[in-house]
Amino acid sequence: MDPAAAKLIGAGLASIALVGAGIGIGTIFGNYLSGALRNPSAAPGQFANLLLGFALAEATGLFGLVVALIILFVF
Amino acid sequence: MPNPMHQFEIKRFIELDLFGLDVSFTNASLFMVIAITLISFLTIWGMRGRALVPTRMQSIAEISYEFVANMVRDNVGSDGQKYFPFVFTLFMFVLFCNMLGMMPYSFTVTSHIIVTFALAAIVFIGVTVIGFIKHGFGFLKFFVPSGVPTALLPLLVVIEIISYLTRPVSLSVRLFANMMAGHTMLKVFGAFVVGLGYLGGWAPLAFMVAFTGLEILVAFLQAYVFAILTCIYLNDALHMHH
Repeated sequence: MDPAAAKLIGAGLASIALVGAGIGIGTIFGNYLSGALRNPSAAPGQFANLLLGFALAEATGLFGLVVALIILFVF
Repeated sequence: MPNPMHQFEIKRFIELDLFGLDVSFTNASLFMVIAITLISFLTIWGMRGRALVPTRMQSIAEISYEFVANMVRDNVGSDGQKYFPFVFTLFMFVLFCNMLGMMPYSFTVTSHIIVTFALAAIVFIGVTVIGFIKHGFGFLKFFVPSGVPTALLPLLVVIEIISYLTRPVSLSVRLFANMMAGHTMLKVFGAFVVGLGYLGGWAPLAFMVAFTGLEILVAFLQAYVFAILTCIYLNDALHMHH
């Protein structure tokens, strides 16, 4: 297999990490929504934690994307 | 299809050389200068009137001050107030650099790993030094959580140290990856709009409008997350609860 094709396949495989990002973000927002529907008055207090959790979950997915880009553009 | 990575190229405007090091004034430097100018304009000129009932610009300056001050007070506590100027500078710089990148034909300073790594390294080294100054060598007790059976302790200390050392990596890569991936996607969908022409270009255009809105939100959110994680790490160094 020539290296250029292997690079493209490797980049595609590394992008599968974004599945984790999707699941994580969905979990966080889903839990926030179910909590907010049970106790609406407590929801604004946790909004900051919601945004923090979303960014942290997205970050791990983006680490996988960075690996894909490194494979494509550095090697 | 045009290359979406061309937007991240560094172009030198004024070539400068300091003892063999390349210190040219580049497009990155230009946008950092623009960001600092805008922040200074907002805070200094906006607060010029010092009215009790604020004008619009004074209101924006006061809101951003209060936002970061509340963040520092909630996450670091009352003895963290002396680090407020640092966190405020960090937050405003990252926010303005991210937002300036949303303008067409501009350059996103924070989409380069060296910029975000420099910021994260300052935070990490600063927080570690603050921890050692405040607690001396007792700061190393931070890596030994309480209530752990002694058999597990060596393994757990190693894991704690490794996870502490990945903090600057995760802090810098989070901001860098969000900015670079966002702007690459904007360029790619822009190419789709042009490529599909007058008949089909409306669909990617509608998506681009929504996605640009999302990117503006992400620009603000990433600045907020960078600042709040700085506050959390500062809290860890000052008050070593785990």
